[in-house]
Amino acid sequence: MSESNKHITPEFQDQLKQLAPVLLQQVENDNLEEAVAILVKLQQARSNAHSDGEFSQVLKQKAAELHQRIESGELDSALETLQEMQDARDRGLYQEVGRLTRALHNAITNFHIDANPGEKVEALSEMSEATDRLGYVVKLTEKAANTTLDLVEESMPLASEITQDAEHLRSEWKRLLDRDMTADEFRDLYWKLDTFLNRLNDDSQKLYGNLSNILLAQDFQDLTGQVINRVTGLVKEVEASLVDLVFMASQVEEITGIVRDGQQQAKEKDSLAGQGPQIDTSAEDVVSNQDEVDDLLSSLGF
Amino acid sequence: MDKNMKILVVDDFSTMRRIVKNLLRDLGFSNTHEADDGTTAWPMLQNGDFDFVVTDWNMPGMSGIDLLKKIRADERLKSVPVLMVTAEAKRDQIIAAAQAGVNGYVVKPFTAAALKEKIDKIFERVDG
Repeated sequence: MSESNKHITPEFQDQLKQLAPVLLQQVENDNLEEAVAILVKLQQARSNAHSDGEFSQVLKQKAAELHQRIESGELDSALETLQEMQDARDRGLYQEVGRLTRALHNAITNFHIDANPGEKVEALSEMSEATDRLGYVVKLTEKAANTTLDLVEESMPLASEITQDAEHLRSEWKRLLDRDMTADEFRDLYWKLDTFLNRLNDDSQKLYGNLSNILLAQDFQDLTGQVINRVTGLVKEVEASLVDLVFMASQVEEITGIVRDGQQQAKEKDSLAGQGPQIDTSAEDVVSNQDEVDDLLSSLGF
Repeated sequence: MDKNMKILVVDDFSTMRRIVKNLLRDLGFSNTHEADDGTTAWPMLQNGDFDFVVTDWNMPGMSGIDLLKKIRADERLKSVPVLMVTAEAKRDQIIAAAQAGVNGYVVKPFTAAALKEKIDKIFERVDG
């Protein structure tokens, strides 16, 4: 049965189910002519489903021959004819295997893998280049983040010192306006203001410089964006090739009669393994913001 | 809340550690230390008397959730508050973290205000 499991269309299957009992009955009742007619009909349906022109023609011819030989009681030559039919079927199979092998070869070529002996496996494909490129993105973004953080860390103390000094001077200044200040204190304030203004001049220039360097550090977005777009393109290409390959593999399974045990069980993902940022935050099992996290936790009694 | 408390920041990305440290410093906490995953954090926790742990989830070596479980299973460390700051946003994960005994959960990207709110809340409970 496994031999004839190949290329079975649902229509043929239905027909087979429908005709098989009739066939058995005819054989039972010794209506051999009728039985053979049914066989021929089935064989024809089978050949139609199997769109191999040459093969179906051979089958038709042989089936008629078989019919005739059974009719005239030449059982030996009938068996021979059966064998010939089997051979024709095998030839079809070989042709199919050949076609698939060629297609497989093409699909593999599409992966842009040049398997030169002696070369390192990692250097075989554009994928390794893509990995390098992504490594470059990580490096670039890390560098930009560090540059920005350096500048921010340098600027924040300047800003907070300016704030502190300004607060101090403002309260002194208020005392001056309120005429609540001695001449000595005023002289002191006079020099303090001088120092502050000089410092403010220097520090604000420094702050301005840091801010424009932070601005420049954002250039990574352009560079990494380009690299990521190229890698995305490659991934899409590879995906297309993989789909081809999977399609081919399913055809191989079909012609060789490999039956899969139901649905391939997708490996259950460990839900507690880190999964990284969720891109699609509208998915049902994903929270989209801190508020939802808080709601979830408070529903758990947090 | 003791502003001098010893805090361990665990994240595999150095820039994230820097950001968290900076935010903590802004909130007045400057006694911060860093580890790049649970495996490096563990001996530090055992040897130093840390008062608070801020950890990422997804890290090579030991993950944040495993570190949390290990802390809760350790006689000496089990009462150390742990704040998860992570990009992991699946409901199952948040529930698992809660069940493992996390004290707060902040999803990345986060704001300074969110971090402050969670830390205040944690120490309100711990101190109160």
